[in-house]
Amino acid sequence: MITYLLCFILFLVGLYGVLTRKNLIKIIIGLSVMEYSLYLFLALIGYIDGGAAPIIDPSKPAGLVVDPLPQAFVLTAIVIGLATTALLLAIAIRLYKKYNTFDIDKINTLKG
Amino acid sequence: MKGMTIIVKNVTALLSGLIFLYGCYIVLHGHLTPGGGFAGGIIIAGSFILLVIANGIQYFRLNKEKEESSLFEGAGIFCFLLLATGGLFLAVPVFFKNLLPGGTPGELLSAGIIPVYNIFIGIEVAAALLSIFLAFVIFKTED
Amino acid sequence: MDSLIPLFVIIPLGIAFLIPLTWRLIPGICRFLPSTGMLAMVVIAFFMLFYVGGEAITYKVGGWEPVDNIPIGIHLVADGLSLMMLVIVNIVGMMAGLFSIPYINKYTGENYYYSLFSLMVAGMNGVVMTGDLFNLFVFLEVSVIASYALVAFGSSKDELEASFKYQVLGGIASLLILFSLGMTYWYTGTLNIADVAKVIRTGSEGSTALFIQLFMVVGFGLKAAMIPFHAWLPDAHSSAPSPISAMLSGVLIKAIGVYAILRLFFTMFNITIEISYVITTIGVLSMVIGVLLAIGQWDMKRLLAYHSISQMGYVMTAAGIAMIIIAKGGDRQVAALALAGGLFHMFNHAAFKGLLFLNAGAVEYSTGTRNLKELGGMADLMPVTSFTSMGASLSISGIPPFNGFFSKLIIIIAAVQGRFYFIALLAVIVSIITLASFMKVQRYVFLDKARTPKLADAKEVPFLMCLPMIIMAILCLAMSLMLIPGIRDTFLLNAVNILLSVIY
Repeated sequence: MITYLLCFILFLVGLYGVLTRKNLIKIIIGLSVMEYSLYLFLALIGYIDGGAAPIIDPSKPAGLVVDPLPQAFVLTAIVIGLATTALLLAIAIRLYKKYNTFDIDKINTLKG
Repeated sequence: MKGMTIIVKNVTALLSGLIFLYGCYIVLHGHLTPGGGFAGGIIIAGSFILLVIANGIQYFRLNKEKEESSLFEGAGIFCFLLLATGGLFLAVPVFFKNLLPGGTPGELLSAGIIPVYNIFIGIEVAAALLSIFLAFVIFKTED
Repeated sequence: MDSLIPLFVIIPLGIAFLIPLTWRLIPGICRFLPSTGMLAMVVIAFFMLFYVGGEAITYKVGGWEPVDNIPIGIHLVADGLSLMMLVIVNIVGMMAGLFSIPYINKYTGENYYYSLFSLMVAGMNGVVMTGDLFNLFVFLEVSVIASYALVAFGSSKDELEASFKYQVLGGIASLLILFSLGMTYWYTGTLNIADVAKVIRTGSEGSTALFIQLFMVVGFGLKAAMIPFHAWLPDAHSSAPSPISAMLSGVLIKAIGVYAILRLFFTMFNITIEISYVITTIGVLSMVIGVLLAIGQWDMKRLLAYHSISQMGYVMTAAGIAMIIIAKGGDRQVAALALAGGLFHMFNHAAFKGLLFLNAGAVEYSTGTRNLKELGGMADLMPVTSFTSMGASLSISGIPPFNGFFSKLIIIIAAVQGRFYFIALLAVIVSIITLASFMKVQRYVFLDKARTPKLADAKEVPFLMCLPMIIMAILCLAMSLMLIPGIRDTFLLNAVNILLSVIY
């Protein structure tokens, strides 16, 4: 149970970063931290105490294995996370080129 | 970015080939061990990225490299789609059909078409990650 | 017949990856590839719509048959509702694709534009078709990542800032959706929508389901830009290139936001009174506040973006009314009527809001501005744009015989029959304010005298931009015919019955 709680705290740390930081890069880091906390949570869902890795090995008898589906879930989510993070960083760099700053208070042409 | 010292350059020149091979190993054994196309592709891209970092950006003609890797990316993913669609046009009209015989579990040539998928995913991921990295580097040098 | 179903994902994906490969050789053909592919998909979707009727066809990807009645592998589902959504997504996509050909000429990297455009459509088709929760998440991410890049496509200050804002909020929304899916898997042990529904309906009434539903409302609500979560929409939709605005406002917020909410809540969960009130409240708030925020706007596309929030509020309100009636065990006919009104309005909104954004794009293309105070007198200079935009404005404000009138009328009748008199009154008032707001647009852009001298040499846009606008304007009128008995059964009632069939 404590591990789930730690995941949740990690999620909140990321959310705090996204909400309070003024620097574009720090916001991206906050988002990433939130993502990773969710990956941990998903991996924990499939975890069974004492379970082996879910690989078929003909030489050994089939024993207790962990649930492979959340792991596939996490792997796919990591790939998606890579794409979003790369795109966010690319936009952040371009914004830096335009404004010469990462401060979101100074990047505010859109209002209303 | 001029690149690092001669020691680093020589060591990476030796290492990057090994890293590349290790990536290929991970891709090819994707159906037997943890890993597979994505993890192996990342390692393969890592070997190229290491070379660029160690030797500096003058070492490659980056724009050409980026165009090539983008092309590889498109080709890799398109072949993947063709493979997946292949089943649709053959006798059994099923999308993502495992066309090849299964073989014995645990051997390198088994699991039907999955190793082939893994190879194309490996190409696509390696090319995509390299394109992302090169795009950042090129953007930095465009000042 | 079954093997046609995966084509809706294969065709746009294939086009998306083919374009970067062949762009050097045949750029002219590549420009037409996305719209041609979407035309083919519209034809297939229509064909299947008549063939499928009121049933649902399930397609098992990879040929994985269920083991002991537990579905393994990914299922794609084609039924009345998803096929209707496919038709509307691909029609709007086709028009936006044609419109893009002259419009996007001024940007660099055209090949990436068409590639991302096809990718976005592939994602939306996938979200609409899928019968698997995680697959829904993957396709949703495919379409929104493509839309992030497309919003920033012009890479000027506004576009980059809008895209960044959109990405941060969209990223949080994706995480909440992923969390709710993880919770669903934890709670039920499966990710197949039909299977999850079976487990949840036979299981005990738990607070876990409510917890999951709340996360889904927030996650998909952020994607659909319902009112407390709307901050990104006006920026993103007004900054994007106009054909992309038409896609985002016309179909993206519906396919990945409202459609996902309707599909998951009606087919997967027990409808409880709490969540019904939450959805109705969100809907009414969006409907009212969206239109109030739109009044003060002078940027044409920004005004349209706020109206998108308001019109999506109508759909959510109608769905919420239907859910309340079902949860209270009320009259099935009224619930079906409210739901039919909501779905009809969703389809109609795709037509007229897509058209309005294309009009805004045409005006911007000819004059270089979209500030209402600088425009004027375009009616003589751009007759086609002016005429079609008049039709769309009448349609969105609910003037007969345009389609918007009928869908709003059905929603209001359903609200009155369900004894939600206050909501019915609000819907009427919002409709009147919408009319006032669009009279302002018509007057300032098209009817008055030109306010700045440079407008005098504005010309009508090229033929490839006029054609989509004319077709969409005809569609705005023709969709009223969906109420005629006979046509209604195929297009509308099948979709409603699909949503209600699980409940009754």
